[in-house]
Amino acid sequence: MSAGDVIRLSAAQLAEKLTAGELSSVEATQAYLDRIEAVEPRVNSYLHISKDALDTAAKVDSDRAAGEKLGPLAGVPIAIKDVLCTQDMPTTAGSRILEGWVPPYDATVVARLRRARLVPLGKTNMDEFAMGSSTEHSAYGPTRNPWDLDRIPGGSGGGSAAAIAAFQAPLALGSDTGGSIRQPGAVTGTVGMKPTYGGVSRYGAIALASSLDQVGPVTRTVLDAALLHDVIGGHDPRDSTSIPDAWPSFADAARRGAASGSLDGVRVGVVKELGGDGFQQGVSERFAQALEVMEKAGAQIVEVSAPHFTYAIAAYYLILPAEASSNLAKFDSVRFGMRVTPPGGGTVEDVMAATRELGFGPEVKRRVILGTYALSAGYYDAYYGSAQKVRTLIQRDFASAFEQADVLVSPAAPTTAFKLGEKLEDPLAMYLNDVTTIPANLAGVPGMSIPMGLAPEDGLPTGLQLMAPARADARLYEVGATVEALLEQSWGHSILSKVPALVGGDN
Amino acid sequence: MAKPELMDFDKAIELFEPVLGFEVHVELSTKTKMFSDAPNPANDDGHGAEPNTLITPVDLGLPGSLPVVNGQAVRYSISLGLALGCSIAPSSRFARKNYFYPDLAKNYQISQYDEPIAFEGSVEVELEDGRLVQVPIERAHMEEDAGKLTHVGGATGRIQGAEYSLVDYNRAGVPLVEIVTKPIFGAEADAPQLAKAYVSTIRDIVRALGISDARMERGNLRCDANVSLRPRGQEKLGTRTETKNVNSLRSVERAVRYEIQRQAAILAAGGTIIQETRHWHEDTGRTSPGRPKSDADDYRYFPEPDLLPVEPSLDLIEELRAALPESPALMRRRLKTDWGFSDVDFQAIVNAGLLVEVSETVAAGAAPQAARKWWMGELSRTANERGVDASTLATPQQVAELVALVDAGTLTDRLARQVLEGVIAGEGSPEEIVEARGLAVVSDDGALIAAIDEALAAQPDVLAKIRDGKVQAAGAVIGAVMKAMRGSADAARVRELILERAQQ
Amino acid sequence: MSEITTEQVAHLANLARIALTTEEIEKLTGELGVIIDSIATVSEVATPDVPATSHPIPMSNVFREDVVGATLTTEQAIAGAPEHDGSRFRVSAILGEEQ
Ligand SMILES: [Mg+2]
Ligand SMILES: [Zn+2]
Repeated sequence: MSAGDVIRLSAAQLAEKLTAGELSSVEATQAYLDRIEAVEPRVNSYLHISKDALDTAAKVDSDRAAGEKLGPLAGVPIAIKDVLCTQDMPTTAGSRILEGWVPPYDATVVARLRRARLVPLGKTNMDEFAMGSSTEHSAYGPTRNPWDLDRIPGGSGGGSAAAIAAFQAPLALGSDTGGSIRQPGAVTGTVGMKPTYGGVSRYGAIALASSLDQVGPVTRTVLDAALLHDVIGGHDPRDSTSIPDAWPSFADAARRGAASGSLDGVRVGVVKELGGDGFQQGVSERFAQALEVMEKAGAQIVEVSAPHFTYAIAAYYLILPAEASSNLAKFDSVRFGMRVTPPGGGTVEDVMAATRELGFGPEVKRRVILGTYALSAGYYDAYYGSAQKVRTLIQRDFASAFEQADVLVSPAAPTTAFKLGEKLEDPLAMYLNDVTTIPANLAGVPGMSIPMGLAPEDGLPTGLQLMAPARADARLYEVGATVEALLEQSWGHSILSKVPALVGGDN
Repeated sequence: MAKPELMDFDKAIELFEPVLGFEVHVELSTKTKMFSDAPNPANDDGHGAEPNTLITPVDLGLPGSLPVVNGQAVRYSISLGLALGCSIAPSSRFARKNYFYPDLAKNYQISQYDEPIAFEGSVEVELEDGRLVQVPIERAHMEEDAGKLTHVGGATGRIQGAEYSLVDYNRAGVPLVEIVTKPIFGAEADAPQLAKAYVSTIRDIVRALGISDARMERGNLRCDANVSLRPRGQEKLGTRTETKNVNSLRSVERAVRYEIQRQAAILAAGGTIIQETRHWHEDTGRTSPGRPKSDADDYRYFPEPDLLPVEPSLDLIEELRAALPESPALMRRRLKTDWGFSDVDFQAIVNAGLLVEVSETVAAGAAPQAARKWWMGELSRTANERGVDASTLATPQQVAELVALVDAGTLTDRLARQVLEGVIAGEGSPEEIVEARGLAVVSDDGALIAAIDEALAAQPDVLAKIRDGKVQAAGAVIGAVMKAMRGSADAARVRELILERAQQ
Repeated sequence: MSEITTEQVAHLANLARIALTTEEIEKLTGELGVIIDSIATVSEVATPDVPATSHPIPMSNVFREDVVGATLTTEQAIAGAPEHDGSRFRVSAILGEEQ
């Protein structure tokens, strides 16, 4: 099998070959490292490449050869969003203020990856502290969309999504506070899953907005996402908000869905407020076609209304900055990270302020100041307090929508990938990219983005978002895998098979 | 700094009504911290650990780390709330108090704001003359302690003038309960002693509950005292100051008295009181101005998103209520009867703030009279000389051990005093000091008999007098023997041996 | 248009400990004005009868046993520190006093 073939296998396929002994983890890891080396100068999806990947892979191979019982993804390489703490690699969250910082501990999800014997390839690029929808707010330069290098890969997890789309990793971890897994998924033609809030541990994930953040899989297929979710999910006593319930096998759910090929009796709710004006025409067309495919497969399409979703962005841009302003206060140059001493010295207050001035980028400063405002005396009730009430209203909207539908659907992003720099100077326009993904974060429900086809006008990927009630993540994997299979049948190919070549002769 | 003008205390009380308020922070002695599983330096196991050894990523506020509430700390807090006569909130929440300070790892403190675990209580406090006063409690809430700063350079190790500071986060995350009173009216001239009696009562309560070591010199119990004055007949409360760093019972009393005298002088001269924090200086017996209250005090409280509400069941609350020890007032009544002390003797112990020490010494095996003697005598005397609380000088266990050594005849009273000096100097346990200093009573009768024979030879008529029935004549010989033995003899044994010789 | 002023932004920057430049303050004043106008819409529906939700998945009483776990070594603790004395973190002189 050529290296080019190896990197085009899905994680599930690769895992099968590893288990069957048809391929070693070292071979697979080497194929990915070579690919990274070849395309990274153009894509910039990684901030750090692990020096230990081949050693880790070799250890998996030898343990497998020694007959050790290994998990289903053992030996499969994985890319890790730089928001997650890794004991053996720098963790910067895309910020200058943490340049070179190596945490003394692993995030729970990272520890679980290692226990399941996956092979960490490196850390992926992201908007600074996950604030952004384009990965242009990374302090280490933007990541480029493999579909068109002049375009953004989405954000904040553009590095993870681009790494998957550019075949620089078979699996990646992302984090999703308002769409940072799903929106990059949509614009890169990959699969992204934001689990139910509390379904995956946040311990060791550098916090943006604690009540919204969730870690989740970024992959090429729904089954791959399910396999990875099975590894990282489940209760963690180090995260108080972690749900203690037992979870079903998501991989089983995805396999069931892919095998059934039918959506008989599935009520699919189209959220009226998550479409229409402001959505790119090709996105709307692809969405309509996806609905047709689902209906043909037996789904019952119903329109549902969620009237308060209109207020979701406003509530989100109060809650997120408020929580972030507090979460980011720890970056003060005392215990870790960069320190800037003003000319002529100064008090610790001056040093902290100078460090944060130089260490934070403009979007981080904007949101920290906004959040400080929203929480300050006299404004709390009008802003933060009101936003938390909107959250209640959005949860109620979800509750009534889920009385009428088993899953809710919408486009995962209002447009295809836009050009680098296009929205950098217009924060409000940038914020609108997450219009469809934010409600799920506010309510804590799971949301998944799967490829929905290429927009006719620009040939760029679009994404379909599926949402389910809290704790019903398995339903998303089951339905998502069915829809994925149906759509690929209707196109006759997978979306990622159409990614343009990034290096000569390799595609 | 010019020495501020003070008004005579009685005069101040004549012109103004003092209104008090207290915020007392109690460090809980759980095994682990409030939000992490690091060892807790507020108990004896963790006390005095090397800097930055009792920490996890949570206590350092490392990126990605998350707090998890210590269930035992919650139970302790509920018990304390109940002992303060408070209602326990069916649902309470943690909140973030945001401010930048280098000892605060996350630059926010996890505390409780609008939904504290306990609220609306009352504590009965006994004044020196036995009068009982009810101090109204507004709330008791859970929070975490900050780390410790050491200021280096500059004259005195104070923050002003220091070149740089060093931060140790061992104390960061120690579980605290902050007890906040309502304004306390009507204390009048008793205000200073009420302050001391209140803090002493809180200390007794948390010790009886066994939820804190409550050693003020270690900072297990810290008091901020709020004082304001209003002219007689005025309805509106005066501007208050908050005096921090009041870390002994003695200081609480002195600081309140000082603030009353200081504020009265300013007000009487037509000045205004600035709302500010002030710092108590044990050495000078004065308070100095700290930070004025400003909009920098905009703490931007909001519900802590990393933690969930605390909703204790009625069953748990009733279980903890049933397990409460007797109140300090009841305990006082019981101990007075048990010990059989006179009113005067007993009240003296209470007023000295040593009731807990004496009762713990008795619990450790000493007779009540002996326990009282050491605490009210030698230890109180030394404490007064040094301007500290007697409880800082020795532990009840050490005093009980000392009493046991005297009871066993190993030490005379005089030797015991020397041993106690060693205890105060931190030389170890009484037994260790006896050993190290070679202070035990000479129990070898041979050496005593030799000394007695020598003394009798020098005073040949004594034996004859004793044989004639004039037993008191032995006194002169006993004195000579004790002198020869340099005090390391048991006088009663010497007397016995002299009488034995007389029989021969 | 909301009434955000440059003075207000300067005050917020001080609260947030960011030494913004004058140009940044001016730019942010304009941007925040626009953003705040658009997010202020939350008050349209946040009526008094609506309870606030701070946790998306309601749970309560999540406690830990009072059992000591692993600690960091002092070396691990100070490894990432800009300045230390071997066991403690070093900071420049402190102007203000503790809260
Ligand atoms: Mg206070
Ligand atoms: Zn406090």
